[in-house]
Amino acid sequence: MNVIYTDSLIIGGGLAGLRIAIASKQRGLDTIIVSLIPAKRSHSAAAQGGMQASLGASVKGEGDDEDVHFADTVKGSDWGCDQKVARMFVNTAPKAIRELSTWGVPWSRVKKGDRYVVVNAKRVKLTEKDEAHGLITARDFGGTKKWRTCFTADGTGHTMLYAMDNKAIELGIPVHERKEAIALIHNGENCHGAIVRDLITGDLTAYIAKATTIATGGYGRLYSVSTNAVICEGIGAAIALETGVAALGNMEAVQFHPTAIVPVGILTTEGCRGDGGLLRDVDGYRFMPDYEPEKKELASRDVVSRRMTEHIRKGKGVPSPYGDHLWLDITLLGKEHIDKNLREVKEICEYFLGIDPVKQYIPVRPTQHYSMGGVKTNPTGQSPYLKGLFSAGESACWDMHGFNRLGGNSVAETVVAGMIVGEYVADYCEQNQLEIKTSLIEQFYNRENQKIDQLIESSSNENVFQIKSEMQEIMMQNVGIFRNQKDLELAVSSLKSLLKRSRKIGLKNKTRSSNPELVEAIRVPKMIKLALTVAYGALQRTESRGAHSREDFPERNDRDWLKRTLAFWRNEEDEMPELQYEDLDILSMELAPASRGYGNATIIDNQDTEKRIKQIEEITKANPNADRFEIQELLNPIELPKKLQGKNERVGRGFK
Amino acid sequence: MRQEQQNGRKLKFHILRFNPQIEGDKPKMVTYELTEALGMTVFIALNQIREQHDPSLQFDFVCRAGICGSCAMVINGKPDLACRTLTSKFPKGEITLLPLPAFELIGDLSVNTGKVMRAVSERIEGWIHDKNMGEIDLTKMEVTMDPDLADNIYELERCVECGCCLAACGTKRMRDDFLGAVGFMKVARFLMDTRDKRTEEDMYEIIGDDDGIFGCMSLMGCEDFCPKDLPHQHQIAYLRRKMVTVK
Ligand SMILES: Cc1cc2nc3c(=O)[nH]c(=O)nc-3n(C[C@H](O)[C@H](O)[C@H](O)COP(=O)(O)OP(=O)(O)OC[C@H]3O[C@@H](n4cnc5c(N)ncnc54)[C@H](O)[C@@H]3O)c2cc1C
Ligand code: FES
Repeated sequence: MNVIYTDSLIIGGGLAGLRIAIASKQRGLDTIIVSLIPAKRSHSAAAQGGMQASLGASVKGEGDDEDVHFADTVKGSDWGCDQKVARMFVNTAPKAIRELSTWGVPWSRVKKGDRYVVVNAKRVKLTEKDEAHGLITARDFGGTKKWRTCFTADGTGHTMLYAMDNKAIELGIPVHERKEAIALIHNGENCHGAIVRDLITGDLTAYIAKATTIATGGYGRLYSVSTNAVICEGIGAAIALETGVAALGNMEAVQFHPTAIVPVGILTTEGCRGDGGLLRDVDGYRFMPDYEPEKKELASRDVVSRRMTEHIRKGKGVPSPYGDHLWLDITLLGKEHIDKNLREVKEICEYFLGIDPVKQYIPVRPTQHYSMGGVKTNPTGQSPYLKGLFSAGESACWDMHGFNRLGGNSVAETVVAGMIVGEYVADYCEQNQLEIKTSLIEQFYNRENQKIDQLIESSSNENVFQIKSEMQEIMMQNVGIFRNQKDLELAVSSLKSLLKRSRKIGLKNKTRSSNPELVEAIRVPKMIKLALTVAYGALQRTESRGAHSREDFPERNDRDWLKRTLAFWRNEEDEMPELQYEDLDILSMELAPASRGYGNATIIDNQDTEKRIKQIEEITKANPNADRFEIQELLNPIELPKKLQGKNERVGRGFK
Repeated sequence: MRQEQQNGRKLKFHILRFNPQIEGDKPKMVTYELTEALGMTVFIALNQIREQHDPSLQFDFVCRAGICGSCAMVINGKPDLACRTLTSKFPKGEITLLPLPAFELIGDLSVNTGKVMRAVSERIEGWIHDKNMGEIDLTKMEVTMDPDLADNIYELERCVECGCCLAACGTKRMRDDFLGAVGFMKVARFLMDTRDKRTEEDMYEIIGDDDGIFGCMSLMGCEDFCPKDLPHQHQIAYLRRKMVTVK
C-alpha cells in the first residue's frame, strides 16, 4: 500500500486550489496539491473577461465600493445567496486583486486623459483622472451597477493562474500532476485524505492529511455542450457526495452563458458585450432593448440567456445545420480595440469559425457555463457534515452566488475564498492532530482497488462512452435553460436507468495503467449521481430563481423556496439522492428580498420580508451617525481572518 | 461561414501508437478512417477514434479552445495545437499525428510537458523577486504601473507552455539542457516587469551561457511554430544584446 502523509492536502491546482495551498505553506504547513493536469493548464486559464473588485479607479467605477458590489451580487443571486458569505467576499476582493498585483499579474491600467468607448451602441468620450493614472482599471460586465471588472486584455484567467502558480513554485509547493482523487477517506465524522489514482501508472496511493480541500472546479460536462474544459466533470464534488455524509448544495443552479459559439460551445467573453457588443437576430435587429429596456445586453446572464431563447422560439433565430442561433456583433468596436482587448475572441473566431469578427457577426447561442452548486460549506469553507473536509472555488457551494453568479465574480471567488478559507484550513491543521487507524486507510484503499479489479475483469458489456453521451443528452434536452415537470421527470427516470446500466460497464481495453476507457469507467457512474442531484433538485424546486427557470412555476417564490437545497447520497447502492432543505434567514439579511430590477419576474413574498425591511429602517434610523461600515456591522456582522480585516483604500476617497 | 468545409469526405489518420507502460510494446503507425463533419477539428476526430475504434488511444486535451496549451502534437510534420486545427485545412484528407519530440512520452500522442515547464520556471525563478513584498499592506492602493508597460508585459506573458517551441528547436535537439524559447520569453517578461527587482546581472547568472542565450543557433523554429505568435526572434536578439554587455 502506498501512503503519503501531509498536513494540508489540496485536490485541484486551479486558482482556488493554488491559493489555499499558498496559505497553508505560508503558515509553515506541509502542503501537497494533486491535480489531473499541470496546474497552469487548469480551467481557470480560460477565464477571459475579468475579475470583479470594487477598486473604483476608472471614471466609470467612481462611487463604487463594497456596498455596491454586495448589492449587485445579491441581486445577481436572485436573493439565493448566503449574505454573510457575499459580504466576506466583497470586502476582501480589493485585497485579493492587490495581492495578485504584487505577485505579477499585469492588470490593465487606467490611462489619464480622453478615450473613446462604445456604450449602448454609441461612441462616448471618457476622461480618466490624472490621479488615477496607472491604477488598475475595469470594464463593464452584466448585472453590475459600476464598471468593476478588472482585466488583462482578454487573458485575465491566464495571467492570474500563471501568477498564482509561479507563487506556488516559489514557495516550493509540490503539485502531483496527472493524478486523480477517486475517493475520500473518512470515518463518518472526520475526513482524513483521499485515494488517488496515478493516471500514467494506474497505481493507487492513499494521501493522508489533517485537512483535505476539494478545489476541483465545476461540473459543466454533465451537459453535451458546455463552455467548460473537457476535464470539468465534477469528480471532486462527486467523491464528497459518495461519502454519504457530506452534502452538495444547490446542484440545480446551473448557469447558461449567452454567447458561446455554435456549434462547439467555446465561449466568447461577456467582455464583448461589456465593451459595447450587441446581440442581433435573423433580421440583423437588436432585440435586447425590447425585453430589457434598462440593462439591455447587460442584464445578468440568466436573464439574457432566457431572452435569447425566447426570441429564438419566436422564430427570430438564424437557421443553421446545428440548430438556430443568434448573432453577436462586435464589429462596432473597431479593429484596434478587438486586436488588443478581445484578441482571444478573435483567435477563436478565426480558428474555429473561419470568420473575422472585425467585419463579421459571430454565431452564438446560450450554453452551459457555470456550476453554482457544489460541496456545501460553512462560511469558513468547511463541510458542516464532515470535519476536516474543505472546499473552495467553483467546486464549492460556499454560497456567494446563490442561483446565478455574476460574470467576473467567479475568478474573484476563487482567489478570495482561497485567501479566507486558506486561513481556516491552516487554523484547522494547527489545531488538530492526525489520528487515523491504518485499518481505515486499508479499508478504503482495498475498496477502490477492488472496484478497479471488478471493472477490468467484468464480462458485462455496457459501453461507457455510450452511457456518458446519453447522460449528457438527457441533461441538455431536459435540464436546460427552461425547465418543466414533464421534462424533469423524464430526466430523473432516464438517469436512474442509466445509473443501473453504469454498474454493468464492460471494458474493451483491460490495461490497468494509463487507460482512457478505465478513467471514464471510474468517472461516469459518479457523474450520473451528480446529474441526478441536478435533475431531481430541479424537479423538486417548484419556483423560478436565478438560473433555475421553471415554465410551470414562473414566480420567484420567497414564501416557500427561500431555501438552499442539500443533496446526500446515503448508500452506494441507492438509486436516488436524498434531498433536504435549509432556510435562508430573512431576518438576518442585510438586503431584504426585492425585485432585481431586470428580468421582470413576479415574486411571491415571504411574510418576514416586510418585517426585515422595517427592522432595517429602524436600525438605520436609530443610528443616524453611523457610517456605512458601522451600519453593515449592525445589519450583517461578519468574521474574517485577522490579516484580511481592515478597510480598503480608493483613489480620491481614502478609506471612507 | 466555414467556406472550405468538405462535408462527408473520408479522412485518413495515421497515428503513432506506443505505450511504454506495457512491457514489450513497440512503436507503430496505425491508420484510422473517419468521415469528416462540418467544423471538425483534430480534437473531435481523435475523440471519435477513441470512442469508435480504439478506446486505448492516448492524447491530452483540456480547454479544447487553444487556451491551455495541453494538446500540442506534430500534425503533418508541424508542431501545433491539435484542438484548434481544423481537418479541412488538409486538402488531401491524410493527417499524420506524432507525439511532440523533446518531451518524455507518456503514451501515443501524450507527452509530459508539465514536468519540463515546471523545471523551466524553477530554473529561471519565474516569479516576482522583491524583498519587500512580504510587507505590502493590502488595504492600501496598489502601486501604480505605466499602462503601456502593463500591456507590454501581457504581450510576453501570453505563452501557454505548449512546448511547440522546444519541439521545433534545432539547438534543443543537440543540447538537452538548452533552456529554449519558452524560458527566454519568461526571462524577458520578468526583466521588463518593474515589480521584479532582479537586474540584468542576476539574469546573466541564469541564461549567460551556452545552455542559455548564447547557445541559440538562431534557427528560429520557435518563431515559426509558436501558436500564440509570440515575438521570439525579437526577444532572443534583445536578450543576447543585453547579456553580452553585462560582462
Ligand atoms: C470559458 C470560460 C470563461 C470564463 N471567464 C470568466 C471570467 O471572465 N470571469 C470570471 O470570474 N469567471 C470566469 N469563468 C469561470 C471561472 O473561470 C471558473 O469558475 C474558475 O476559474 C474555477 O476555478 P477553480 O480553481 O475553482 O477550478 P479550476 O480552475 O477548474 O481547477 C480545477 C482543478 O482541479 C483539478 N481536478 C479536478 N478533478 C480532480 C480530481 N478528481 N483529482 C485531482 N484533481 C482534480 C484539475 O486538474 C484542476 O487543476 C469562466 C469559465 C469558463 C468556462
Ligand atoms: S486543449 Fe487547450 S490548447 Fe488545445
